[in-house]
Amino acid sequence: MKNRIFTAGLVGYILLSSLLVYYFPQSVLAFLAFEASLLLIYYAPVSRAVKLSLAAATLVVVLPLIGTINGYYLEIAIQVGIFVALALGLNIVVGFAGLLNLGYVAFYAIGAYLWAIFGSSQANEFISGGYFPLSQAWFFVFLLLSIAAGALTGALLGLPVLRLRGDYLAIVTLGFAEVVRALVNNLDKPINLTNGPRGITPIERPPLFFQPLLEGLGVAVDPAALYPLYFYFIVLLLLLAIILVTRRLEDSPVGRAWKAIRGDEIAAVAMGIPVVRMKLLAFAVGASFASAVGVLFAAKQVFINPESFTFMESIGVLAMVILGGMGSIPGAILGATAVTILNLQLLKGLSLWLNALRQSGLVLTLPLIGSLDLSRIPSQFEPAKYERMIFGLILILMMIFRPRGILPPQKRERRFDPSTSLRTGKLTTGGDRGEN
Amino acid sequence: MALLEVQGLTKKFGGLVALQSVDLAIEDGMIAALIGPNGAGKTTFFNTLTGHYRPDRGEIRFKNRSLRGVTPDRITHAGICRTFQNIRLFGEMSVLENVLVGMHARIGVGLADIIGRSRRFYARENQAAKRAMELLALVGLEGREEEWASSLAYGDQRRLEVARALASKPELLLLDEPTAGMNPSEAEGMMALIEKLIGVHVRSVLLIEHNMRVVMGISHRVSVLDYGEKIAEGTPDEVRRDARVIEAYLGLGKQADHA
Repeated sequence: MKNRIFTAGLVGYILLSSLLVYYFPQSVLAFLAFEASLLLIYYAPVSRAVKLSLAAATLVVVLPLIGTINGYYLEIAIQVGIFVALALGLNIVVGFAGLLNLGYVAFYAIGAYLWAIFGSSQANEFISGGYFPLSQAWFFVFLLLSIAAGALTGALLGLPVLRLRGDYLAIVTLGFAEVVRALVNNLDKPINLTNGPRGITPIERPPLFFQPLLEGLGVAVDPAALYPLYFYFIVLLLLLAIILVTRRLEDSPVGRAWKAIRGDEIAAVAMGIPVVRMKLLAFAVGASFASAVGVLFAAKQVFINPESFTFMESIGVLAMVILGGMGSIPGAILGATAVTILNLQLLKGLSLWLNALRQSGLVLTLPLIGSLDLSRIPSQFEPAKYERMIFGLILILMMIFRPRGILPPQKRERRFDPSTSLRTGKLTTGGDRGEN
Repeated sequence: MALLEVQGLTKKFGGLVALQSVDLAIEDGMIAALIGPNGAGKTTFFNTLTGHYRPDRGEIRFKNRSLRGVTPDRITHAGICRTFQNIRLFGEMSVLENVLVGMHARIGVGLADIIGRSRRFYARENQAAKRAMELLALVGLEGREEEWASSLAYGDQRRLEVARALASKPELLLLDEPTAGMNPSEAEGMMALIEKLIGVHVRSVLLIEHNMRVVMGISHRVSVLDYGEKIAEGTPDEVRRDARVIEAYLGLGKQADHA
């Protein structure tokens, strides 16, 4: 009964907020209200099946529809998806295994440049024959390749440095990321591999292989309108895969080994856990996620240059993980979403609002201050200019009031249930929860 | 053939000789105790045995195989597992998960099984959980599997450490002060548990202990360390009467002899 009431309430809220977005397509508030519906679904006391179907309906049907009204919202959704994927990958390294990696963006760059070089005419600079850019279908091959490339570079970096601990590891990873950035910045001579600071463009996008199908159905295809939707669904699929893999790793001997290493390395070794191998695995898995997302990023942006892979990006993703709650999958998702929306929408929205106030030319009469000419508010007050400061403040407040993050890892409800047969496809300890 | 044979084990930290040519043999089915005053080198002996420290000299043979240069995790695989004097549980994991970590080496599922959730994954994981529950029941922690390890009372944490060590299926179990901080009845329970393990869950036990009631009550053989040297060895009764042991413990020096 309670289940039904809350379900009805959630459906009502989703519909209402979607209508708001429909009628006020430019309103940031309306879209924020819509985005909040996902958070409500997560927290509402309804059954898992209801949560899953509502979340699926919102993400697969409602959000793309909203995206056709205001294309910018799809762009935001894609950006959020990219950062969520990055945060989930870093959460494995920092959150699960407790290895402070300050150079995570390097793996993102490796994936992005992998596709950028071969998915554009750039590779012709050092491979003769004019084979490049590769055809669009290769995008998917490179998506898979990048997973291997990321895992390999992650493991290669890990091999020499994983014997270091804490601060030392952090410094080495930071240095590694700077080396990668310096390399892509300078490898335009003697052989032009990366085109240096000028960046690479145009990069091929994934193929519209369903175009004939749509045309057959009588739908007019406008690639410009279709690509955002297309990327949105690719991000969604990639994200689903990442969440699935992360969850399965978490609920397994590997996930337990990571947490044990984070908790007490000496005890973990004494229990027979091959610590170096497990750390390498964490590094490799995290790196492979970032690298795959990098391929997607390059294809979406069509243009990349070293500026996209600075140290601040690594710190940003790390902050998302810390904000959300280290070692928690829902936390990483929420942290990345909140920070991205804060940057892309809230602060920009506030700046626009301030601008509008300025241009309105209103003169307010306030007690104590006297009259205030709104048109004289200096442009330095725009919140978008304080992005990092506001962000830093939020982090400081979080560390004071909620040091374990917004959604810290929950104690697992894992009572052993002897009635579950040992050989069925179910864990007797009730792991394998649904996706949220 | 002894299960464990240690010969001439020497470990130095700079100028300090922590272990000086220690010999020790543990037979199958034996509860052996290692005693000695604080700082005698007992825990160093454990750390060297389990590969955390590299010995400067000497030989450790387990089941007639040398453990020279074997890493700690491989030593656990080989069949030696330990508990810690200052409890080292994984506080942010549940009681059950702590025991499951101890089984890490024995579960035997690969990455493909984990990500693909194969039949083998479920079979092995469920088997592991079942065995973990049995071990928790054995040490008297049934019904507590969901609690966080850090929330357990001190004595329960010690028992959980034993269960976690047993999870790795050791043949030789090393217990570092298993009854420290326990009241007499809890210590009795631990003694009964240790005796129950022999021949069923482990082949032999080597324990470090300060509680003489425990040492004298359950051990078949007692070795005494003092300043890194083994000064006596024998049955509890022999050791109790040994002049050098009494001297080491009570600090009876030459003046006492003259008196």
